Amino acid sequence: MTQIELRGVQKWFGSVQVIKDLNLVIEDNEFIVLLGQSGCGKTTTLRAVAGLETIDEGDILIDGQTVQHLKAAARDIAMVFQSFSLYPHMSVYENIAFPLRATRMNRAELDSQVREIANVLRIGDLLDRKPSALSGGDMQRVAIGRALVRQPKAMLMDEPIGALDAKLREEMRAEIKRLHLKQGSTTIYVTHDQIEAMSLADRIVIMHEGVLQQVGTPNEVYSRPQNLFVAQFVGSPVMNIAAAKVAQDKDAATVTVEGAPQGFPFPAELLGKLNGSAGKALSLGIRPEGVLVEHEAGDGFVPAEAHIIEPLGSYDIVDLQFGDQMLRARTRSGFVEKAGSRVYARIDPAQAHFFDTASGQSLGVRL
Amino acid sequence: MAAVRTTGERTLNRVAIASVLIVTLIFLAPIYWIVSTSFKPRNLSTTIPPTVVFTPEISPFVKLFTKRSQLRSAPTPEEYEAAPWWERLVFDGGEKVVRSGRGEVQLSGYPSRFINSLIVAITSTVLAVGMGTFTAYGFSRFKVKGEGDLLFFILSTRMLPPVVVAIPMFLMYRAVGLNDTHWGLIILYTAFNLSFSVWLMKGFIDEIPKEYEEAALVDGYTRMQAFFKVVLPEAATGIAATAVFCFITAWNEYAFALIMTNRRAQTAPPFIPSQVGSGLPDWTVIASGTFLFLLPVAIFTFLLRNHLLRGMSFGAIRK
Repeated sequence: MTQIELRGVQKWFGSVQVIKDLNLVIEDNEFIVLLGQSGCGKTTTLRAVAGLETIDEGDILIDGQTVQHLKAAARDIAMVFQSFSLYPHMSVYENIAFPLRATRMNRAELDSQVREIANVLRIGDLLDRKPSALSGGDMQRVAIGRALVRQPKAMLMDEPIGALDAKLREEMRAEIKRLHLKQGSTTIYVTHDQIEAMSLADRIVIMHEGVLQQVGTPNEVYSRPQNLFVAQFVGSPVMNIAAAKVAQDKDAATVTVEGAPQGFPFPAELLGKLNGSAGKALSLGIRPEGVLVEHEAGDGFVPAEAHIIEPLGSYDIVDLQFGDQMLRARTRSGFVEKAGSRVYARIDPAQAHFFDTASGQSLGVRL
Repeated sequence: MAAVRTTGERTLNRVAIASVLIVTLIFLAPIYWIVSTSFKPRNLSTTIPPTVVFTPEISPFVKLFTKRSQLRSAPTPEEYEAAPWWERLVFDGGEKVVRSGRGEVQLSGYPSRFINSLIVAITSTVLAVGMGTFTAYGFSRFKVKGEGDLLFFILSTRMLPPVVVAIPMFLMYRAVGLNDTHWGLIILYTAFNLSFSVWLMKGFIDEIPKEYEEAALVDGYTRMQAFFKVVLPEAATGIAATAVFCFITAWNEYAFALIMTNRRAQTAPPFIPSQVGSGLPDWTVIASGTFLFLLPVAIFTFLLRNHLLRGMSFGAIRK
């Protein structure tokens, strides 16, 4: 049982504040991913939990005990580094045994634990090798083995697969997930890769410029982004964001994006839901899969010109030009055959997001 | 080499190898001169042109280790007969081995000077490299106020020829009784080498990713344990390279050894040429003393050669 809590954590590097009033509770066995661009404070947060970085204000609690004054060694937390940091002068076996040697465990028990974890990670036959003779994936397995072997209270991972090539990354992602399900320990995982975050996390914590933006399950942060930053950071291809005006048109509503000659029809209930935000500048957010494309004109469809087509195998991303406004749509592959063709598009109201342009906050309107 | 080479490149390559060989020979010539002279009979040591082909003799080494005096008259056949083989070599050179009243052979000053050199060079190397490594680690890993200024200050101790301060040092040493003591020289040489050691080690330790120690810290070790278990083994190459340079500096130092010591703590460098003194200079004895004096550095460097080669190219290749 390990619960980690951050309360009002603040951290400055000189005059730059890298963590701004961070509050977060991580439950037992939870897999938390800290997601953000480089320099957003996610790694600093992780290092502060590990005890490699001091904090200037606030508390870090592990199982209800404040630990910010404890040295790293006293916190019983394991960490996997992006650079793997395997000790080059030690064999794989010695690397994995290293944390156990600090505990003065007897030889037989140490040996059995090292071999057990090596088998779990499928590196049992590499124990005599030096790290320099390992592939990138095996190096990372050893690093994870070294972290897991002493059954720490929590696992911290700092971009553990960021240095691997794309194919291996996918493989190791699955493996980390498998290990977590099998071993089940409270894990904080730092990455800038939103696919990693989506596929691994129980909950994703999105940070930007030292400020926590949103905490939620992968599904929540994807389908209910709380602000423009999250909306554009999570999801690939990126969500379309456009300044928009909402008007009443008989018994329905029309949303016109800036630069477009014609508005998209929306249900009338949108007007009621947006009532509180009257007079504010609005932004419409719509993911490419929410832009529906047809070859024929139809009810509510607006003409557009296909500009650039990016074939991505299972689907295409098509840039659609509505007057001066460009929106990206996701279509069946090969649906729009060539650039320059005329198509008709509509916006799925159920997938639309509305944001206050000034504050960037979501207006929470769902249709 | 799997690289494709054109004929032109191959010729160029041969020329390069030939030039390297020539340069190597030029560099080895003085060493050959010393080694060959130390095995020459005395009368061949100063011939012009130099003698290249000769029957090697061991007599210079016998003379090097024994105290001798000029023979006033040739030894009697009985004396010559009774003498062991090495004493006869001395007789052949027109000298005799000095014996104590009880007939014990008196050693020359060389063996004790040689041991002094070993004591002083090894101790000062251990101290300079040890302190240098700790200091470099501190500068490399912690935020030190005025780090740049302090490092500059440390380097500035090398910005003046040490011998400039020889006279004041001599007076100070005499006042505190460090004259002609091992510790006196050890302190001096440690001080000379320390700045060099700090700078060199800082370069090496900067190259060791700090994640290694951080991993050890998280794995339950103290910083001191992390330093000894992780940083030191990683810095072995740097330590070896630094140690070789410090050892050579201390081993070869001449000026201070000449001024600060005369008997008890005198090292080999000031002693070896002093043998020219009695009678005509015997260059073979000086050469043999020099030859033996070269050996420790050669052996030390040879043992650490792999580390040295790695040390020289350290940081040049991105891992």
